[in-house]
Amino acid sequence: MNGSVNETGALVIFLAAIFTNNILLTYFLGMCSFLACSREFPTAIGLGAAVTFVMTATTIINHAVYHHVLVAPWLKEALGFDLEHLQFVVAIAVIAGFVQLVEMFIERFSPRLYYALGIFLPLITVNCAILGVALFMVNFGFNLWQAAWYGLASGLGWTLAIILLAGLRRKMGYSNIPAAFQGVSIIMIVTGVIALAFMGFTGMVSLQ
Amino acid sequence: MSGGPTIQGAARPMPGTGKERGILVLKAGVWGNNPIAIQILGVCSALAVTTRLENALVMGAAVTFVTVMSSLMISLLRHWVPRRIRMIVEVALISTFVIIVDQFLAAYYWDMSQRLGAYVGLIITNCIVMGRAEAFALHEKPGLSMIDGLANGLGYAMILAIIGLARELGGTGRFVFGDGWWTAVAIPGYPENHVLKLAPGAFIALGFLVALFYSLGLQKEVEARK
Repeated sequence: MNGSVNETGALVIFLAAIFTNNILLTYFLGMCSFLACSREFPTAIGLGAAVTFVMTATTIINHAVYHHVLVAPWLKEALGFDLEHLQFVVAIAVIAGFVQLVEMFIERFSPRLYYALGIFLPLITVNCAILGVALFMVNFGFNLWQAAWYGLASGLGWTLAIILLAGLRRKMGYSNIPAAFQGVSIIMIVTGVIALAFMGFTGMVSLQ
Repeated sequence: MSGGPTIQGAARPMPGTGKERGILVLKAGVWGNNPIAIQILGVCSALAVTTRLENALVMGAAVTFVTVMSSLMISLLRHWVPRRIRMIVEVALISTFVIIVDQFLAAYYWDMSQRLGAYVGLIITNCIVMGRAEAFALHEKPGLSMIDGLANGLGYAMILAIIGLARELGGTGRFVFGDGWWTAVAIPGYPENHVLKLAPGAFIALGFLVALFYSLGLQKEVEARK
């Protein structure tokens, strides 16, 4: 999984990142906003769209920065060592910077979109799924195109998971849940059942 | 849960002397206001690394180190950092300590570093660290902030250890931890339960643990979450 060239095709990456290696249901990333924003359908869809967009864009930027700056041969020649150890701090800085930029951009050019998505954007900086995809893509050894597909598909996979949960939570409003299980507890168990259903896709495609 | 993970105990004026407050803060972090079971923060890594008790304990130690150090630094810098850029400063400080942990693990415990993988880097976006910085370290003295960081780190480690033990023992019927007589102990004839070791088992195990915490006389929390 580390370093070597990965020759997985785009379609395989796409399907795997949505179904078999779902960023939320198998890697548990992005749980905080998943729990907090899955109460209503429109919120879930809005946040999902924002996450997908930011994830795709930051994955591409992070890929370029990592391979062309941090571990690039020219830097190693110039410094005598590479800056791989700065991967985390650079990745999170890229994400935070990008989110800030997008926020300013849509506030200026599309106030309507800003009011629809604006509240979600600050939340996204600390959404661990975004940073997770940026770190996983390096581990998988993806090239730029593969990384772009992986970012897009992971975002869609996350959106699918939060929409499924929002739908189930609407139904759960009418069920009689034992007192101790109310709230987060039953949501966790329901998420576990969704993950169990997604395990049915195992073996269809694989990322390794 | 009303509208999102709330951080209780935030900047609430606390009575008593320094020592009493320290004990109060320590108790709140580990038990009454446990970051995972009550505040539901930092769930991602709690689910991801708990396939084995050993991984869970190392992750707990790593997060404890990061929360203690980042709380201390942020508390020391709290009068100098302008409010507008405080988030960036916090993230930069947290990342620094996470990089220290990551490099340390890679240098001395390569196997563990490989097993935890990207989840060490993901401590940066662990809501507990950021949550304690925002809710506590920005308003309190360095010493107390360190105790708060320690308490929340220990509370996190405790829950991880419980889930790790449950999943490893429930999944395979035995547990591998270091090297001693206990590694050979296995429940005879235990059928392997792979679901517990895989993702769904993690979600369900944490769901039951949260329910257990609620039923342990924390009914008020349940009421507040309706």
